[in-house]
Amino acid sequence: MDQLLSVSSSPHIRSETDTRRIMAWVIASLAPAGVVGAFFLGTRSILVIAAGIISCVAAEAIWQKYMKQPVTVSDLSAVVTGLLLAYNVPPTIPLWMVVCGGVFAMIIVKHFFGGIGQNILNPALAGRAMMLICWPIAMTTWTVRGVSGATPLAVLKGTDVSGTLPSIADAFLGNIGGCIGETSALAIIIGGGLLIYKDIISWRIPVVYIVTVAVIQTLLGRQGAPLMEIFSGGLMLGAFFMATDYTTSPMTSKGQIIFAFGCGLIASLIRSFGGYPEGVSYSILIMNLTTPIIDRLTMPRVFGEVKDHGGR
Amino acid sequence: MSLPTFKRGIHPKENKSLTSESAIEDFKPSGEFVYPMSQHIGAPCSPVVKKGDRVLVGQKIGDTEAFVSAPILSSVSGTVKDITTRMTISGGIEQCVIVESDGEFENGTTLVPRGDFKSLPPADCVKIVREAGIVGAGGATFPTHVKLSPPPDKKIRWIIVNGVECEPFLNCDNRLMREEPEPIIGGLEICMHVFPEAEGVIAVEDNKPEAIARIGREVSERGCKARVMPHRVKYPQGAEKMLIYTVTKQEIPPGALPAEVGCLVMNVRTLYHIWHAVTDGIPVTERIVSVTGDVIANPKNIRAPLGTSVRAMIDAAGGFTGDPVKILAGGPMMGISMRSIDVPIVKGTSGILALSANAARSFTETNCIRCGRCVSSCPMGLQPSLLDRVVRLREYAEFEAAGGMNCIECGCCSYICPARRYITQSCRDGKAGVMAARKKSA
Repeated sequence: MDQLLSVSSSPHIRSETDTRRIMAWVIASLAPAGVVGAFFLGTRSILVIAAGIISCVAAEAIWQKYMKQPVTVSDLSAVVTGLLLAYNVPPTIPLWMVVCGGVFAMIIVKHFFGGIGQNILNPALAGRAMMLICWPIAMTTWTVRGVSGATPLAVLKGTDVSGTLPSIADAFLGNIGGCIGETSALAIIIGGGLLIYKDIISWRIPVVYIVTVAVIQTLLGRQGAPLMEIFSGGLMLGAFFMATDYTTSPMTSKGQIIFAFGCGLIASLIRSFGGYPEGVSYSILIMNLTTPIIDRLTMPRVFGEVKDHGGR
Repeated sequence: MSLPTFKRGIHPKENKSLTSESAIEDFKPSGEFVYPMSQHIGAPCSPVVKKGDRVLVGQKIGDTEAFVSAPILSSVSGTVKDITTRMTISGGIEQCVIVESDGEFENGTTLVPRGDFKSLPPADCVKIVREAGIVGAGGATFPTHVKLSPPPDKKIRWIIVNGVECEPFLNCDNRLMREEPEPIIGGLEICMHVFPEAEGVIAVEDNKPEAIARIGREVSERGCKARVMPHRVKYPQGAEKMLIYTVTKQEIPPGALPAEVGCLVMNVRTLYHIWHAVTDGIPVTERIVSVTGDVIANPKNIRAPLGTSVRAMIDAAGGFTGDPVKILAGGPMMGISMRSIDVPIVKGTSGILALSANAARSFTETNCIRCGRCVSSCPMGLQPSLLDRVVRLREYAEFEAAGGMNCIECGCCSYICPARRYITQSCRDGKAGVMAARKKSA
């Protein structure tokens, strides 16, 4: 043994799970929803997904190169954002709009704030919000297998008087109008279940979020509540994959429950009383902004201390 | 029924099977033995021998008047070759007494075998413990006679025997429990003699069923009024605060000692020493070390005289089979990485772990993704990600306000972090920063 020994601070072993592995599991868990989306909504969905991923990865790589930062696209987080952005738009949308959304999400929402882990809003959702403001028609034109139709939420809202509600089974499987990745509750539950099983997300945010919406909308006496309410629109996708974004949701268990309840409350209020038929995106974006304060108020109690640090 | 445990924590790969089935082997090397004058928490000793003196096994070669300290004894017979500064296993440079062994291992202890401890006044037992140089053998090396002398207003209600050994790779305590349970339970009986109102609880992680069975048999055969309590396997179960919580459901307040909540925690090896010192008059001159790791040829548990060099220990385990990138004193979670293997083993050395570049990978840090894994693994209920951030901003007041001084440096946060951040190291820096600020303002 002649070589120099390496000296460092303990611990000297690390868990196998790194950021890249986490992102890879998220991508794998998102796959079923995309496959079902492409099946029911048409193969153009695949082009939209590709545009989302490529624009996000390219935007991140170019930005980091230009800013002389280490290029971190290999952590796969940009792929996740691109996928989620594509899952949140209709399959008929012009691809250039998707590219604009991807660039906005990556550069303005993520990298202006310092890159991975530093953004205050979910990049994919903020990108979607920007697109909804800029191109409201293209963002709300729904088709199933090329035939235009109403979404269940638009029917429930009464903004689409010609439409009729689909069956619960169709809504559960994904044979309804909507964004590419949001229509199949079944596929999302499979993917989300995988993430919970792999300990990548906890059950708290999705379960509390969905239950909150189901309870409030049932109490409000909405038609089709609770099942049609939770299987339609972006609730499933939002609850399992968007509200659980590490960076923009609280770290403590208690904080996650408060956060998810807030999401459920705001989404229900928008759906029932707001100007939009759907409120999932905005509910998450609004609650993203409350994350720092929730984290502060729910700091865990230090072992051995009688009083917790909350509200200090 | 699920076994008792503490809140949060982690499950690192155990890697115990490398040495769990290898019986303790005695190793009596010759040549030079090095004795650092500080092998414990507290005041260092001063040499009480001169260059050229002949010393015997168990003879005092370092001592001090300070209460929180323990004497250093020679582990061999021979001649004092030098008194000088040498590098120690923790990487520091300290005053050491160096003895050239004559290979005879001639006994020269001043301790006398007392046989039945029951007729001894407790104060005498405590005195013998000090003279025998006994310190906490789990790794913290707190002088044992100090533990046995709690403030008079603190009533000891539990004596918790720590046989948890939650660090991956290590088996020195496991093997001792399996092979020599008598002195462990005997040592516990002596402690219960000192604190007659205390209840004895022997805590062992559930991954050591043979040790649990063997210790249990010993307890019932001797009629010892103690119970064996298997614990769920989780790191850091062996940390004093977690152990006391698991056994008694009490949390030690920040900055307080176990006596505050009526507890005395003793490592199995410490009890072994107490028994041998009191009944047989044998002081601490040797210890069992798990020499293991993925680049050690024949990983084994070796009983060797204190002062033996790490190099000799590794040679006794067959040397290296590959290139080690890190050699640790202790386990992989809290062990200290050595700069050189020409350093002596000391009272607190539980393991020598040689790891390849593959086993001890070093990583480049990336941004915290706020996944919360550190928060849900910190056994002290801290927010390690927050502490990491404020320490890097040199916001030591903020670090202290967030409870950072409670960090026990167990390493869970760094272990679990997917962004590969050196969070535990930040906490160490933070604690040092707060201490420096306190010193300045004092």
